[in-house]
Amino acid sequence: MPDGAFTTTAMLEIEDLHAYYGESHVLHGVSLKVRQGEVVTLLGRNGAGKTTTMRSIMGVVSKRTGSIKFQGQELIGLAQHKVPRLGIGYVPEERGIFASLSVDENLTLPPVVKPGGMTVEQIYTLFPNLKGRGSTQGTRLSGGEQQMLAIARILRTGANLILLDEPTEGLAPVIIEQIGVAVRELKQRGFTILLVEQNFRFASTIADRHYVMEEGHIVDMIPNDELEANMGKLHEYLGV
Amino acid sequence: MFELLGVAPQVLFGQLLLGLINGSFYALLSLGLAVIFGMLNVINFAHGAQYMVGAFAAWMLMQWAGVGYWWALLLAPVLVGLFGVALEKTMLSRLYKLDHLYGLLLTFGIALMLEGAFRHQFGSSGMPYPIPDALKGGQNLGFMFLPNYRAWVVVASLVVCSGTWYAIERTQLGAYLRAATENPVLVQAFGINVPVMITATYGFGVALAGLAGVLAAPIYQVNPLMGSNLIIIVFAVVVIGGMGSILGAIVTGLGLGLLEGLTKVFYPEASNIVIFVVMAIVLLIKPAGLFGRER
Repeated sequence: MPDGAFTTTAMLEIEDLHAYYGESHVLHGVSLKVRQGEVVTLLGRNGAGKTTTMRSIMGVVSKRTGSIKFQGQELIGLAQHKVPRLGIGYVPEERGIFASLSVDENLTLPPVVKPGGMTVEQIYTLFPNLKGRGSTQGTRLSGGEQQMLAIARILRTGANLILLDEPTEGLAPVIIEQIGVAVRELKQRGFTILLVEQNFRFASTIADRHYVMEEGHIVDMIPNDELEANMGKLHEYLGV
Repeated sequence: MFELLGVAPQVLFGQLLLGLINGSFYALLSLGLAVIFGMLNVINFAHGAQYMVGAFAAWMLMQWAGVGYWWALLLAPVLVGLFGVALEKTMLSRLYKLDHLYGLLLTFGIALMLEGAFRHQFGSSGMPYPIPDALKGGQNLGFMFLPNYRAWVVVASLVVCSGTWYAIERTQLGAYLRAATENPVLVQAFGINVPVMITATYGFGVALAGLAGVLAAPIYQVNPLMGSNLIIIVFAVVVIGGMGSILGAIVTGLGLGLLEGLTKVFYPEASNIVIFVVMAIVLLIKPAGLFGRER
């Protein structure tokens, strides 16, 4: 529903974002918009700057210029720990499940930042694999279960924008299918999602629009319903 | 049974009690070191000096302000803890991005300065600190005489150690702490102010050293070098228990105190080195320590 999407307000608006790791200049003027309730992907090859874009939003990157606005509020210059408190949940690429915490402790670790988050019961319905594993050490879960846990713990917090960095990386097709079902369910619940993916077949099953990144900036935007028509171009971008 | 071992029960239990007292101090001090190392990755060489400052704070509160033992037990750790907070804010926090060695050197320098300053001011002969009235005297247990104050030290240390263990391993705040030890960037990205937590952790660890100092004041002399005598053994305890392991610090501290006591009974010549022998063996067999996790 790309036409309808244009009438709703931008929840996240990035304008001419530059980011640096020490001396190296990684993002060269990224601009993108994510509207309320949308699922938007960042596609691109390794090193294109997708993860750095996510990390820049969270303020984890040491130096940023440009503008990142969340619900109208500028994030650049905001103290790092205040960004998630506005309602942005981060699911990092490496999943970040804590070995010294049990599954339960991992699940309840991120503080609730807004009312309206999912209850633990609702989370177990979405990810039945996590049920009954509460006292297990977090990192003893399988890779797929750790990914589910990494998503699950954000859903409790009431964050309404979720940054999902490569949730399917290294997972078996049957697990990817399960993650896909969960992400679609989240979309139906009204979560706004910015998704980094290498696997655009997976992305095409859930996203409304796709931004393509190359060498630190956005080179194209493809609405999901025009994906078929743009397949040739996309193959070239991604080198698949 | 005692005849078989060739020692009088009074001697055996006397030394075991002494070992338990020493072990209580090892446990309290190595607990603070473990908490600090776990969170800050800093080997706090000033820990012994901060323990000494805790004892002196109690002494000064009594001499100059007429504040008694029980209030000192609360106030001195708070003062020493605040000193730690200031230290972390102004100096230590600049070193986190560098090698461990810099934190060690800084805190070692601070230890030398503190000890030097106190020695200059108070001399090195040591000052007595009276046992509080409520804990004077002792109990005759039949097989040995148990001084009340020493029993109190063991109980207080056990309570503080298990309370700290519970707070870190079983509460939400403790979960933040453990998580931030593993991955501070991600914990920050969940909305937790990690730098404040780091400062508070250092303050708490240092306050534990201060508390140990107050507990020690009536037993040992209040002396500018009381910390440096103890700290080497405490470091051995931390290494044996496993750097950063809370349970390891507590169990190893008490265990090695007892072992030292037993060695004094059965082979006194070895009592000064037994802990270091254990350290060498543990390092050979399990380099991460008895309770440590390989990093």
